[in-house]
Amino acid sequence: MSAISLRGVTRRYGERTALAAVTLELPTGQTLAVLGPNGAGKSTLLRVLATLLRPHAGELAVLGHSLPQENWAVRGKIGLLGHEPMLYRELTARENLRLHAKLHGVALERIGELLALVALDRRADEPLRTLSRGLVQRVAVCRTLLHDPELLLLDEPRANLDPAACEIIEPLIGRASRKTRVIVSHDPAGALLEADLVLGLRRGRAALLATPTELDCQQLAELYR
Amino acid sequence: MSADPTEQRAPRTASVVGALLRAQLRLELRTFESVPAMWLFSVTAFVLFHFGLNVTQLSANLASGVLWVTLLLAAMLVINRLYLADAEQGGFDGFLLSPADRGALLLAKVLTLLCYLAAVELVAVPAFALLLLQPPLGQTLPALLGVLALGDLGIAVIGALVGALAIRTQARDLLGPMLSLPLLVPVMLCVAGATAPLFDPLRAGAIPLRLLVALALYDAVFGLIAFALFDFLLED
Repeated sequence: MSAISLRGVTRRYGERTALAAVTLELPTGQTLAVLGPNGAGKSTLLRVLATLLRPHAGELAVLGHSLPQENWAVRGKIGLLGHEPMLYRELTARENLRLHAKLHGVALERIGELLALVALDRRADEPLRTLSRGLVQRVAVCRTLLHDPELLLLDEPRANLDPAACEIIEPLIGRASRKTRVIVSHDPAGALLEADLVLGLRRGRAALLATPTELDCQQLAELYR
Repeated sequence: MSADPTEQRAPRTASVVGALLRAQLRLELRTFESVPAMWLFSVTAFVLFHFGLNVTQLSANLASGVLWVTLLLAAMLVINRLYLADAEQGGFDGFLLSPADRGALLLAKVLTLLCYLAAVELVAVPAFALLLLQPPLGQTLPALLGVLALGDLGIAVIGALVGALAIRTQARDLLGPMLSLPLLVPVMLCVAGATAPLFDPLRAGAIPLRLLVALALYDAVFGLIAFALFDFLLED
């Protein structure tokens, strides 16, 4: 079964087309890496999949539900780790996670469990503004996973994280998580290692769509040219 | 056997509203961005009226107008900022990604504004009575609190709706007051008319009931309109 199915999905911002007729299928449990230069439409694609933006044309289904008609059905099954941590700077990690736990109807015990998994339990009661960006990213990972989503939408998930922190979050959002994942990355080499399918976007269009083994360096270099 | 902590239940709206309200009030307590500004504005306005009009006692109608216009303009200071932290720090997206009822956010914002207004009135009403009323409020205070509650509800409902609309635009500082002030004119007419007799010893504090009924109806109708429109304002 496809976790994600896109047919001719288009999204515009005013006159500018951010996504142009993107078509792909991603089976459940697999990982899609989305590559492309700045402004190619990668983050827009994630926001469309997360139900935060409506497509202006095309057909889109996520976890078996047509969007945007059935947005309500997939909310709560998606975890989005974006550029912004979606956390209040003046609240502590625990307070932020408590708020999101209430929003998702998740038991509060899950918070302590996740904070321990990302090695943040000691600093969980400090306001986020006092934490480094790397630590805030760890809290954002907890926020993303709080409700145990079926689909992970990850925009540069390792941004601001040191190698040790990357190791800590690997079992949570890496391949070992066994979740269906869409990863936006500016690191093609790293993304190829994780991906089952690679989508290369250029000016909103799908410039390449292939498995990592089908790709060669020339095609990747062409994508960023 | 203990329950699986990852198990997701449909979030209860009351629980979501409570969580959002707690977060909003915590943010205010840690930043003091809104209520102190409203305190300062309202007390300064009363001091200016006191010295500008050069009287220690205003006529009932004028006193009522001064009180409500000051409270209304103080509320304008926060209506534009009501959703600022959500917009700037991703709280909107976090909320939209959840299965929580969209109306819960509106309700939480209405309650937040009501809390702010109540906090302001704790300081502003005594300051108003001290600077501009002779004799002091005394036995009309309970009736005044009732009118304040109805007026605050109108301001809070309209403020929460307009704030959500304005925050999505570039010109939110302009749009907030431009949209909310005309919508609040009926509220002002009712509350000023209902408050004036409370400041007039000759009328013995008899509040025109029809104004309170009209105000309650306006609050209720606008509450329903806000609830119906709020989804559209939040969604893309």
